[in-house]
Amino acid sequence: MVNNQSNSNNPRLNYDYRRKKNAEGMRIQVATFTLMIFFTVVSFVAVAADFSKWFVVPFILLLAVVQVGFQLYYFMHMSEKGHEAPSLFMWSGVTIAFVTVLAFMTIIWW
Amino acid sequence: MQAEEKFTPQTWPESPEKATLEGKNKFLGFWLFLGGETVLFASLFATYIALKDKVPSPDHMLAKDLFELPLVFVMTMLLLTSSLTSVYSMYHMKNYNFKKMQLWMLITVILGLGFLACEFYEFHHYYTEYNHTFTSSAFGSAFYTLTGFHGAHVIFGLVWMILLMVRNAGRGLSLYNAPKFYLASLYWHFIDVVWVFIFTVVYLMGMVG
Repeated sequence: MVNNQSNSNNPRLNYDYRRKKNAEGMRIQVATFTLMIFFTVVSFVAVAADFSKWFVVPFILLLAVVQVGFQLYYFMHMSEKGHEAPSLFMWSGVTIAFVTVLAFMTIIWW
Repeated sequence: MQAEEKFTPQTWPESPEKATLEGKNKFLGFWLFLGGETVLFASLFATYIALKDKVPSPDHMLAKDLFELPLVFVMTMLLLTSSLTSVYSMYHMKNYNFKKMQLWMLITVILGLGFLACEFYEFHHYYTEYNHTFTSSAFGSAFYTLTGFHGAHVIFGLVWMILLMVRNAGRGLSLYNAPKFYLASLYWHFIDVVWVFIFTVVYLMGMVG
């Protein structure tokens, strides 16, 4: 059962490989984090710079969606295998979430 | 693979959070819970969007009069960084390094406490300076319910992580507690997911009007 994800029978080799793979994964996480910080700063600057509301609102919403995608798929590992059920649960949740927000925004117009 | 089995970094499985049946079940159940949380927060966001700036008289403060970008920026950075530190914590968990996992989780908790302190200050400031309270207007109710629910999640997440760290301090890492740490870290990321929408929809969009 131990190390069943690997093809080699040499445990030492598997260990080195996994350590390397984890370190590589961590570098990707840090790169993701840098991008998230960058998007956050851009959002705040866009608002502080006082651009037109019709540009800023869709722009910062787009950046928020991208950032949440990073958070879910990298920080929460949804991009890795074995996450089919989590994807189903989250996307179902997102669908209901979208409909809920849409309903409240369109039904209430005063 | 048994929960109490002793491991070395060499024999530690690749996905310790899912190596036991209990771990697998927790993993599945927790993601289902997060899907439900998404819907819960969506209803609070929808309510907030519908009731934003709905005040009974002109002497009440509106979103653009209340919010201050520098404070929100600091809170965002604290929470975003704490999300990365909990990724580091799980990195060390997968490498079977218990001490470093605990250390990074402690850093996560400290950053979370910093966020919470800012939020307490923020609410106190609105209450004393602007008389913006839970019952002062529909806007106030919707605002405090949404941000308060998120704040309550932060408190719950912090208590959860502190309890895990204290309870398992003398035990070391095992397949019994690895799923527990993993789920606490997932929960913490989810809190950051919600915050990304709060700072965008509530604060930034509140400032643009």
